[in-house]
Amino acid sequence: MALLDVTDLTVSFDTPDGVVKAVNGMNLTLNAGDSLAIVGESGSGKTQLAFAILGLLAKNGTAAGSVRFDGQEILNLPEAKLNAIRANEIAMIFQDPMTSLNPFMRVGDQMAEVLMLHKGTSKRQALDESAKMLDAVRIPDARARLRMYPHEFSGGMRQRIMAAMALLCRPKLLIADEPTTALDVTVQNQIMNLMAEIQRDFGTALILITHDLAIVAGSCLETLVMYGGRVMEIGATDDVFEAPSHPYTLGLLKAVPRLDVPQDKLQTIPGDPPDLTALPPGCPFSPRCPASHEPCLQAMPSLEGFGTGRIRACHAALEAVV
Amino acid sequence: MIVFIIKRLVVAIPVLLILIVCTFVLMYAAPGSPFATERGIPPAVLANLQAQYGLDQPFHMQIWRYITGVVTEFDFGPSFIYRDQDVNSLIAQGFPVTLTYGFWSFLVAVVVGGALGILAAVRHNTWLDYLAVGISIGAQVLPNFVLAPILVLTFTLWLGWLPGGGWQGGQWQFVILPVIALSTSFMASIARISRASMLEVLTSNYIRTARAKGLPMRRVIFRHALKPALLPVISYLGPAFVGMITGSVVIDIYFSTGGIGQFFVASALNRDYGVMMGITILLGALTIFFNLLVDVLYAWIDPKIRY
Repeated sequence: MALLDVTDLTVSFDTPDGVVKAVNGMNLTLNAGDSLAIVGESGSGKTQLAFAILGLLAKNGTAAGSVRFDGQEILNLPEAKLNAIRANEIAMIFQDPMTSLNPFMRVGDQMAEVLMLHKGTSKRQALDESAKMLDAVRIPDARARLRMYPHEFSGGMRQRIMAAMALLCRPKLLIADEPTTALDVTVQNQIMNLMAEIQRDFGTALILITHDLAIVAGSCLETLVMYGGRVMEIGATDDVFEAPSHPYTLGLLKAVPRLDVPQDKLQTIPGDPPDLTALPPGCPFSPRCPASHEPCLQAMPSLEGFGTGRIRACHAALEAVV
Repeated sequence: MIVFIIKRLVVAIPVLLILIVCTFVLMYAAPGSPFATERGIPPAVLANLQAQYGLDQPFHMQIWRYITGVVTEFDFGPSFIYRDQDVNSLIAQGFPVTLTYGFWSFLVAVVVGGALGILAAVRHNTWLDYLAVGISIGAQVLPNFVLAPILVLTFTLWLGWLPGGGWQGGQWQFVILPVIALSTSFMASIARISRASMLEVLTSNYIRTARAKGLPMRRVIFRHALKPALLPVISYLGPAFVGMITGSVVIDIYFSTGGIGQFFVASALNRDYGVMMGITILLGALTIFFNLLVDVLYAWIDPKIRY
């Protein structure tokens, strides 16, 4: 049985400008211990998908569909039941480490309260565990650091602390929402190595949300490409990178700057991400798609399997995507 | 921290000296005299009086005598109006009264205002929020000199529950109306400030982190959001304190509570130089001390501030 099973998930927000449809019928499954990268431009609904799973949507947001975790339906559970799952079974690491820790509390207190809450340990024990976990994410002199405040750490260190905090209860699933976006490249690398180690050492399933294709390649078994709140394609990371089956994936890959070929201008995908208040009736990517033709404007292509465990949603023939 | 406090206290001395000199110059320059009466007094008597209070001496001698008196003997001199009373005894009489209802007003403003604001923020866009906002807007547009008569009208004349004035050594019945009249507008300001800041804090990333940790909302609010939400309230406490001092003048006059506000106004009108100077210095010192207290409180709440 899959650890996480998302079916027909939709997320929408009531705003003064109309209903923003951030996620439109997402499907994904993840087995225990596996890793999945969700990639897409900003505004493609990646983060809201994660928030919906954990019930962290903003007040004006509603989620519909189904999210089964460990066989249990967790979408729209009452707050009290969700609280038992959060951090304990599904933990999350956020985008901006500079603001994701409470600046008014000691790091040790912020970490310890997770264990005290979910495992009922004493404060002393919780602090011991926290120190060990900081050690595990390679924060030197962990014991003394527990008494420090977030502003006394660098960005990379804070992201390590976030990771350590997320792992305290040994969750079955870790959702990392652009964990490296706010960090510089060398620190990005360290954090990605850390993610890989976490996965290996703790057997945690990982969902890595990112718009940075460079960090996906080495870190996740599977990759899901998302656009306009929908799945464009899913497949083993190597396959998706080597032989993209969707024009959007192709565009994303072409947009990665290369050092081995002389390039005057950076490649881009022409056009803008879709207006989520007025999505086209067909494929959301059709207005920007080089392979777009009549059926693309009429209806959203359905997800179809092909090759070895690959899935794509595109009206264009597979051979046409090159 | 202790070094910081000592430094601030040392700096307070020149500040108070400047305050003394400025007030003294202003009082000296103001026309009129404490001995002026409608009928006028014979020149010989006036000369005697002036000699007795040292007003016949040149300006620099007067100010020197005053400052040395204050510094060496903590003697603020005699009252020029109340016979046989010196400034120290007048302040000793009025200050405890002001301090009593001032303290309660402050406490009510902070506790009720803070609670109202935070409750409104947590229940954002519900009837509770609208009610709290309505109350605080209403309370803020009512100045204390309008609120005071309304209170007396309601609770003294109609309902007959509480006395409309007097102090009686600070029995609770006499304290309630002055405290309500003085604290209401500050309570309203604090409610609005804490509501706005709590709303902002609740949308911050670290609150989302706290929620993602599975903490119940109550804990998120009290452990994670309360401290940062109170910071703007604390910076408002300085101005609020000064506002309360000014407000106490109205309260003393309206409720005949006998606090120093009453002496303050009377001394300004009567040119009672001694009392005027004494109360100014007292309030100045209090303001300095209170601002120091606010700074210490700030550092205690926000770990990023270290002195």
